Amino acid sequence: MAEKVVEIRDLYKSFGDLHVLKGVDLDLFREENLVVLGRSGTGKSVLIKIMVGLLKQDKGQMNVLGKEVSQLATKELNELRLKIGFSFQNSALYDSMTVRENMEFPLVRNIKNLTKKEITMRIEELLDAVGLPNTINQMPSELSGGQKKRIGVARTLILNPEIMLYDEPTAGLDPITCVDINNLINEVRERYKTTSIVITHDLTCAKMTGDRMAVLLDGQFSSIGTFEEVFPHAEDKRVKSFYDYNFIES
Amino acid sequence: MAEESDDRKPLLSKKIDKFFTGLADAWNFVRRFWKEVFLPPYEFKEVIHQCYRIGVESLPLISLTGFIVGIVFTNQSRPSLSEFGATSWLPSLISIAVVRAMGPLVTALIAAGKVGSSIGAEIGSMKVTEQIDAMEVSATNPFKFLVVTRVLATTFMIPILVLYTDFVALMGSFLNVNSNELVSLSTFFFQVFESISFLDIWSSVLKSLLFGFTIGIVGCYKGYHSSKGTEGVGRAANSAVVISMFLIFIEELLVLQVVNAIRTF
Repeated sequence: MAEKVVEIRDLYKSFGDLHVLKGVDLDLFREENLVVLGRSGTGKSVLIKIMVGLLKQDKGQMNVLGKEVSQLATKELNELRLKIGFSFQNSALYDSMTVRENMEFPLVRNIKNLTKKEITMRIEELLDAVGLPNTINQMPSELSGGQKKRIGVARTLILNPEIMLYDEPTAGLDPITCVDINNLINEVRERYKTTSIVITHDLTCAKMTGDRMAVLLDGQFSSIGTFEEVFPHAEDKRVKSFYDYNFIES
Repeated sequence: MAEESDDRKPLLSKKIDKFFTGLADAWNFVRRFWKEVFLPPYEFKEVIHQCYRIGVESLPLISLTGFIVGIVFTNQSRPSLSEFGATSWLPSLISIAVVRAMGPLVTALIAAGKVGSSIGAEIGSMKVTEQIDAMEVSATNPFKFLVVTRVLATTFMIPILVLYTDFVALMGSFLNVNSNELVSLSTFFFQVFESISFLDIWSSVLKSLLFGFTIGIVGCYKGYHSSKGTEGVGRAANSAVVISMFLIFIEELLVLQVVNAIRTF
């Protein structure tokens, strides 16, 4: 059996009176792509933000690469963060920096003694990998939504993460660009041997990228399994309506 | 830093609680600045970049304002002095007013408007577009990169801008005095330097350091704690200016009391 890289047990998170996660259990295995599906506001993004220590759970365990995230001191947390790549919903590229500076930013601050040539080579290699070799001197405002997503992914890959977290990678993109991004997610896994969690409510993206699906409903995972196990013949009405909306069958 | 969910019941009323928790937050923000400023890694390159943005890019506005202040203040003071036949005291009067109060105050208020709002808006928009989170998950300390650098830059640059404003305002004043009283540049500046003391200059510089720190820390605090999308960014920029200006006047009043106390010794 593959090694567990993330182990979530009985995880709770509330914001005031709003109880978002109510006892979540989940395992993520090495080199798998797990898709977390659910309606807006069900806590999908909250879950991965707890994973990188941007939010803190109220109760329960979030064990990532053998470490309990909530127990880590800042230095240890930063060491763990270097092993996790986080691709944000809106790409979160730094507006005031060029693509090169965006990609240099985490690299020069975390890996010392790199020469200018080595940095440029690494950036060019990753821009090539995401299919945007000519954007190195462009500003984020000059890029399209799909290009921003790709650069965002390239920036997270620059530190060679073991785990990739994609927050709504296809949100707001046209269908063709969505397919490109889905292919990119699969390529990243194959090329860099990453383990991934993809947060989405796009079933096409889920089907293309996921080995397993986990549907988050009412603060808990209602069903976990392959696409075929979870969706076409779902008994839960809420899961079924999700499928019906995305794949309208005559 | 991980955010904690806030589901506590209010102790007094929601507004009073919010005010005091806001004060505590601001205090912790200032404490965090003093802690982070001395710890490596140091972002020297970004400090210099911010100094350039804050200092050099403010020069045209500061120059124009300082010059106009010098001319207008001289023009407005002349009738009162001429009633006593004391127009020859104009350089002394202007120099004391400009160096002790108007130079620092005008520069700080303009910087609060220009620099404070831009810091608030820039960090605020970075916050709502998750750029700050992106820095944090890439194991970089966003507080150090965004806050410490900007606060240091405003703290260092405002005193330099104040000295520059003093000079430009005095030049404006000289232009006015020269055209009306035919006083030469050397006589004008001889009278200027005879009227002001080292205490005036030092208190002006120290006061400017305080103003610069206030503008930087308030702009950063407001931006760092902005929420609710673009509306929140606008509110952050606006409140950064209003609060900075308010604090600058309070600080001016307090520093004046301290300097006057020193002067009497």
